Amino acid sequence: MSKKAPNYISTTNACKLCTPLGASIAFKGIEGAVPYLHGSQGCATYMRRYIISHYNEPIDIASSSLSEKHAVYGGGANLKLGLINVTKKYHPRIIGIATTCLTETIGDDVQMFLRQFDQEVEGEKPIMVHVGTPSYSGSHMEGFHDAVTSVVDTLAGVNEDNSKKKKVNILPGFVSPADIRYLREIAEDYSLDATILPDISDTLDGQAAKTYEKIQPGGTPITEIKSMGSRLASIEFGHTMGERSGGTILAEKFGVPNKRILHPMGISATDKFLDHLSMVSGQKMPEKHKGERGRLVDSYVDGHKYIYGKKAIVYGEEDLVVGLTGLLAEIGVMPVLCASGGKSGLLAEKITEATDGNLPEQPQIHEGMDFYDISELAEALAPDLLVGHSKGYGLARKLNIPLIRVGFPIHDRMGGQRILHLGYRGTQQLFDQIVNACIAEKQGDSPIGYSYM
Amino acid sequence: MELLKEREEQVHRTGDHPFTLTCNKDSLAGAVSQRACVFCGSRVVLYPIADALHLVHGPIGCAVYTWDIRGALSSGPELHRLSFSTDLQEIDVIFGGEKKLTNALHELIERHNPKAAFVYSTCIVGIIGDDLEAVCRQVEKEVNIPVIPVKSEGFKGNKRAGYTAACTAMARLIGTGDTSGISKYSLNILGDFNLAGEIWIIREYFERMGVEVVANITGDGRIADIQRAHGAALNVVQCSGSTMDLARLMEDEYGIPSMQVSYFGVEDMAQALYDIAEHFGDPDILERTRELVREELEVLLPKLEFYKKALTGKKAAIYVGGSFKAFSLVKAFRLLGVDVLMVGSQTGTKKEYEELAAITDPGTIIVDDTNPLELTSFLEEKPVDIFVGGVKERPIAYKLGVGFCDHNHERKEILAGFVGMLNFAEEVYSSVMSPVWRFTCQKQED
Repeated sequence: MSKKAPNYISTTNACKLCTPLGASIAFKGIEGAVPYLHGSQGCATYMRRYIISHYNEPIDIASSSLSEKHAVYGGGANLKLGLINVTKKYHPRIIGIATTCLTETIGDDVQMFLRQFDQEVEGEKPIMVHVGTPSYSGSHMEGFHDAVTSVVDTLAGVNEDNSKKKKVNILPGFVSPADIRYLREIAEDYSLDATILPDISDTLDGQAAKTYEKIQPGGTPITEIKSMGSRLASIEFGHTMGERSGGTILAEKFGVPNKRILHPMGISATDKFLDHLSMVSGQKMPEKHKGERGRLVDSYVDGHKYIYGKKAIVYGEEDLVVGLTGLLAEIGVMPVLCASGGKSGLLAEKITEATDGNLPEQPQIHEGMDFYDISELAEALAPDLLVGHSKGYGLARKLNIPLIRVGFPIHDRMGGQRILHLGYRGTQQLFDQIVNACIAEKQGDSPIGYSYM
Repeated sequence: MELLKEREEQVHRTGDHPFTLTCNKDSLAGAVSQRACVFCGSRVVLYPIADALHLVHGPIGCAVYTWDIRGALSSGPELHRLSFSTDLQEIDVIFGGEKKLTNALHELIERHNPKAAFVYSTCIVGIIGDDLEAVCRQVEKEVNIPVIPVKSEGFKGNKRAGYTAACTAMARLIGTGDTSGISKYSLNILGDFNLAGEIWIIREYFERMGVEVVANITGDGRIADIQRAHGAALNVVQCSGSTMDLARLMEDEYGIPSMQVSYFGVEDMAQALYDIAEHFGDPDILERTRELVREELEVLLPKLEFYKKALTGKKAAIYVGGSFKAFSLVKAFRLLGVDVLMVGSQTGTKKEYEELAAITDPGTIIVDDTNPLELTSFLEEKPVDIFVGGVKERPIAYKLGVGFCDHNHERKEILAGFVGMLNFAEEVYSSVMSPVWRFTCQKQED
């Protein structure tokens, strides 16, 4: 099982991002929202640049642009000024306010500032949602989940409507715009009306528009968020976000049954997801999905010999690593190291659950890792491929092995926002990619130059 | 679009009298400035020093967002491409991060054997009160390399303050190396960051002129070179915002004169070489410089003709980090027959903006520290064919159906030197002439 992880004091080439970045992305998935960082100017700008390089979309994140005097006397005045300016320029429906390490440390009471703002400023104001995201605590995934939790906690309520369709909440975590589009399609195929929170499918993968949109259209509609307490059920992807989450709040406050499941990656995990949809909707698996599943199984058989026993290192956000490891285990690829910069304390347990006895040997599983640690372990593990985001490219290059790009960020290829990870269809794409990467390696290494494989 | 009231004084239109433009002030809250922070200013300047350890003391964000961020190449060690952080946790914030910093420094110096270490302070370090100066002094004694604090707390001013902090940090190195054997015809290159290998082009020009380069500050930079930079006879300063402070300091301390140059565009590149040759006053150098420029132009100008013909009459907008580069871009576009309708920068000075107003056509929008919505409204008011900027401006241009040329620190193309002018023309041409624009909605008839 898990060997001892390297234990360095310094962090080199981190395998995680900071909390406010995750919160900003989550806020981008809400209709009419502008993310706002209460801190100094640099945080917003750095994160904008980082996020733009993945999604290739305008990412406007406002900032209170605090200076030295605010750090000494408090940032309240600038927070309020910033909120007024954002309201004037963007006319947002909602402003998602995340703190930074600066404002958390100087002890700014954002809730109090917001109450004051509400009293001091007249006229119609956007909804304000606040989340505490000190970047010295947790990673971008805590920021993401905490922002979702705050949105639910602040906005969700009960709102009966007369539509005949069964309605559910899906809290998919940090997945791609393509994943969210596909989830919506799946839900529709089960005749379910899904509120997906957050929904970055349009806001972070927009169309070429006729006029420039100050806030990209799309995102989870606020009216729907307000009705999340009236839904039949909530489905939440991932297990490492801690006890308090959007789904658990909906269960506690409104009695909406919450089901936490593994990210549906691979056949087994997707089966469980679709079984659950069947149960909620009362419908059997639609023919279309039976077809997708059947073709996927067929391709598993066609491709299995090219990949059996190949050793993989999987890294990235914990829930994604869990999902990917489950997928690799069921196609005969051997994960030798599963690594994350996150530190939920649950990674090993959830990987065991996801691999479900499919692995002849257990991989090393380590939390709190950076790329220096991963690289150091990789030397002895001699992997055949890496599976993770584009920051592993340097390691893949050093080891001269293929990198299967998944997750966030993808900074060195087009289309990171369109990578499909979930369901039978996402698994199909990843499977083809993995098999082809292995075939390409063999073909490239061969002196013969096989033209049939 | 109406500007926010506080922003009105940061926009000027060429031809309006009198010239009024406010700049070098803190970004307005909620305006979504394209600027970063003090830390960013320091980090971009020191980043290319390739044999130094760059340790960011703070929570993970500041380090991870600047990991391998620049296209600054090295001909040797590549320590600068790694991202080092103390990754402060809640417990460090409560009890202080000095011990962790000390241990991290020892660990990393032992592992990588750098020639010096820069320790960047971030917002939080300024708040919890870690004494970076004391930690660095102590570690320096134990490891026998310079360990230099960079006072770059994000909130202590704007990006320009970060440039100053970086210059102050480098100033500690200068004057500590052996200067024997340096030619009287020698210079330091300040403010070129060797993006895509540009400094190698410039160094080759100086070599052909017979001028010795002592230190690259900071593209493909080395600690030992910077330590003997005070032995050079001249500082040539590009990107005036970032390293002019260092040039001034070296003038005061060591009497080294400096001149401002730009390596972008034909005119400015040639002018830079002639100015340097004339400074040294050596007839042989001057003759070799003339020869160099002649040779380069003989190759370049006929090739440029093609692009000039294709691009004449096209329109451009420019938004870059420093406004000194903007002059060169305005001139380079003029050479290609392209009209510049908007030009701005994150950190320009009043003098620079005044000069921009002097060289641009009436009606040109000149803007300091702008933001996405202002940029959008300027481009809607004055439609252009090409936008020159950085990654944060790219999606704005693309959503408006406008071509784009990356002239920021992430770029992978050489845009400096005579060859750089050709690459620039090619890049502008390949974006403007792409057939894809006919599908974007802005270009379609209803």
